[in-house]
Amino acid sequence: MKRLLSTFALAGAFGLAAVGAQAAKLDQVKAKGFIQCGVSQGLPGFSNPDDKGNWTGLDVDFCRAVAAAVFGDTTKVKFTPLSAKDRFTALQSGDIDVLSRNTTWTISRDTSLGLNFTGVTYYDGQGFMIRKDKKVNSALELSGASVCTQTGTTTEQNVADFFRANNMQYEVIAFATADETIKAYDSGRCDVYTTDRSGLAAERLKLTNPDDHIVLPEIISKEPLGPVVSHGDDQWFDIVKWALFAQVNAEELGITSKNVDEMLKSTNPEIKRLVGTEGKFGEGLGLGNDWAFQIVKLVGNYGEMYDRNVGPDTPLKLARGTNALWTKGGLQYAPPIR
Amino acid sequence: MADWVEPAARQGRTSLMNDPKVRSIVLQVVALVLVIVLGWMFIDNARENLAAQKIATGFGFMENTAGFGISQTLVSYSETSTYGRAFLVGILNTLLVAVIGIFFATIIGFLVGIGRLSKNFVIRLICSCYVELLRNLPPLFQILFWYLAVLSAMPNPRQSISIFGEAFISNRGIVVPRPLFGDGTGLVLWTFGFAVLATVLLGAWGRQRREETGRPFPMLWIGLGLIVGLPLIAMIVTGFPITFEKPELKGFNFVGGMRVIPEFVALTVGLATYTAAFIAENVRAGITSVSHGQTEAANSLGLRSGYTMRLVVIPQAMRVIIPPLTSQYLNLTKNSSLAVAVGYPDLVAVFAGTTLNQTGQAIEIIAITMGVYLVISIITSVIMNTYNKRVALVER
Ligand SMILES: N[C@@H](CCC(=O)N[C@@H](CS)C(=O)NCC(=O)O)C(=O)O
Repeated sequence: MKRLLSTFALAGAFGLAAVGAQAAKLDQVKAKGFIQCGVSQGLPGFSNPDDKGNWTGLDVDFCRAVAAAVFGDTTKVKFTPLSAKDRFTALQSGDIDVLSRNTTWTISRDTSLGLNFTGVTYYDGQGFMIRKDKKVNSALELSGASVCTQTGTTTEQNVADFFRANNMQYEVIAFATADETIKAYDSGRCDVYTTDRSGLAAERLKLTNPDDHIVLPEIISKEPLGPVVSHGDDQWFDIVKWALFAQVNAEELGITSKNVDEMLKSTNPEIKRLVGTEGKFGEGLGLGNDWAFQIVKLVGNYGEMYDRNVGPDTPLKLARGTNALWTKGGLQYAPPIR
Repeated sequence: MADWVEPAARQGRTSLMNDPKVRSIVLQVVALVLVIVLGWMFIDNARENLAAQKIATGFGFMENTAGFGISQTLVSYSETSTYGRAFLVGILNTLLVAVIGIFFATIIGFLVGIGRLSKNFVIRLICSCYVELLRNLPPLFQILFWYLAVLSAMPNPRQSISIFGEAFISNRGIVVPRPLFGDGTGLVLWTFGFAVLATVLLGAWGRQRREETGRPFPMLWIGLGLIVGLPLIAMIVTGFPITFEKPELKGFNFVGGMRVIPEFVALTVGLATYTAAFIAENVRAGITSVSHGQTEAANSLGLRSGYTMRLVVIPQAMRVIIPPLTSQYLNLTKNSSLAVAVGYPDLVAVFAGTTLNQTGQAIEIIAITMGVYLVISIITSVIMNTYNKRVALVER
C-alpha cells in the first residue's frame, strides 16, 4: 500500500512538476524544520522502535547525526519505517530526504534507480542461518534446501547466484517483511534463513530459541550498507556524505562525545578543522561551522555509534572486524577535512 | 435504436448545436481529446523529470535478466530468464489462485447459502456461524491463520504424514506422484476428450428431453461411466502407458512428484472460505427472492424437495445471484494480492514487488500491474454478464 501511494506521489511529482524547478533540499529541510529519514520496520541494532516508539540503532543514529549537522538538534528528525521493497520509491518520490536502512550499495541502485550512496556505515556480507539439528556445517551442503528471504533485497538475488554457481537445487520463499520471513523460518517452513550477516545477528534475537541455530561460515557476497539520497542535489549529497566522514575522522582523531568540548581548546590543526575552530568548512556545505562539532557532541564518533548499537556489549555482539578504522586493520576510512 | 430517424422538417429548422445527438457526440469528442492531451502532457513531463534525475524509464527492462528465483512457476522459468518472463509467471500464479479460489468459493458458498435456509436447525446454525465468523474477520488474518497456525504446524518432511505411501503432507506442502506419459498416452487422452464431449452433448439432450417430456435423465451416472470407463478401456488396450513417479525424501525435501506449496494452499483456502461467506449470503438472498408460490406449485406437482430446489428455485434465483456473485469473483481476484504476506509469488509479489525494486521503474510497473488487474476484471465481468443474459432469457 505504501508502495502504491509512493508511486502515485512519484507519478504526481514527476508528472506535474515543472522540469528542474526543485528548491534545494537543504532549504526545504530547513523550511519544514526536520529531516524525514527512511528506516527499516524493525531491525534490532540498526533501526528498531521500542515499545514507546523511540527509535534506536546505528542507521537511526546516523539520521540524528545529519540532524545535528543541519539543526544542531537530534530531535529534528522523523522516521518513516519502510520495507525493503518500498524504500527506493519513497526516496525517488521525495517522501523521505535520506534513506538509512541497511541498504547495499550496488551499481544499479546508484545509477538507474536515480540514487546516490553517500558512504558505507557498515561493511557486511550475506550469510546463512540454519537449525543446529540439521547437522549442516557448510553452505555447500545446502542443495535441495528451502530458503526464506525478504523480497526486494540483494539477498534474494545473491541466493539465486550462489545456488546456481554451485549447481545446487533450492526453493526460495520470499516475504514482504522481516517479521514474516523470520516467523516462516522459525516455524520450519524453510531449512535456511539468509540475509546480511548483521541482519542474521539481529533477526536471530526474534527466534523462539536463538541458541538452536547456527550461522554457517560462508560469506557469499559483499554488502556495503550505507545511507542514500536522490540524484539531483549535490549540496544535500555532500552534507549526508560528510556527516559520516566527520564521525569516522573524529574517531581517528580520538574525539568523542565526552571530550569534544575540551577539544575546542586543542591546538592540533586536524582537530581544530573538525571542531570548527579553524577554517570555514561548514560554509562549503551551507551549514554552520560547528556542524561536525554538533555531530560528535550529540551523537558521537563512528566507534561510539557502533559500540552503542551493534558492538560486542549489545545483544547483537558484532565484533568491529572489517568495520574497524583503517588504522586498526579495518576498512573505515574517511577523506580528510581540509 | 439505429433506425430511429429525425423528422426531416425538424432537422432543417434546429441548429446543429441544439441537436442533442450531435451535441453529445461533440462534447464526448472534446472530453476525450482533453483527456488524451492532458495524459500525454503528464507522461511527457514525467519522462523529462525522470530523465533529469537520471532514473531509468521505458519498458526496455522487460528484456533484462531477472536474476531471482520463484518458488512456483507454471511455465519454465529460471534465474536467467527475463523480467518479462517473471511477469508472465506472476500473472499465471495470480490466475491460478483466482480460478481455483473462485471454484471452491462458489461450491462452498452455494452449499452454505442453501444450508442457511435448511429446515434442519443444526445445519442452519452451522451455516449461520460460518457466515458470521468468516465474513467478519479480515481476509489477511484468515490467510495468515491458515499459513502459520495450520500449515506451518504440519510435521517436517522427515515426519511427514503419508497417505498410503503415495502422497505426503508436511510443512513443505503436499507432494503427490507425478504422471509420466509413455507411448500410447495419446489414445487415452483422446478417449478422455471424447468422453467429456459425449457427456456434454448427452447432458444437453437430456435436459431438452426433460424440459419437453418431464422425464429425468440420470446424467451423473452415465457421465461418470463415460469419463472413467472409456479411458480405462483405452488404458487396458494400450497396456497402461501412464505411470507415476513417486516422490522420495532426499536430503532436505521431497524430490520428484508434484508439489503444492503451502503458500498456495493458505492463500487459496483463505480466500475461498472468506469469499464463500459472502457468496452464501448472495445465494440466500437469491433464493428468498423467488416467490414461495413457486415452491408450493412444484410440491403440489409431486416434485421432491431436492428437485424443487435444483430445477425450480435455483434457476430462478440465479438472476438475482449472478450480479453480486460477479463482484465477489472480482473481490477474490483482487484480494489474491495479499499473497506476499505468506510469500506466494503472485503478480504483485513478483512484478510490483521484486521487479519494481530491482529496476526502480515504479511508474511503468504499477501502471502495467493495474492494467493486468483491469483486464482480468473486465474479462470476468464479460463472462458473467453473458451468462447472466442467458439465465435471464431462459427465465422469461
Ligand atoms: N542489504 C540488503 C538487505 C536489506 C534488508 O532489507 N534486510 C532485511 C532482512 S535483515 C531487513 O532489514 N528487514 C527489515 C525490515 O524489513 O523492516 C539490501 O540492501 O537489499
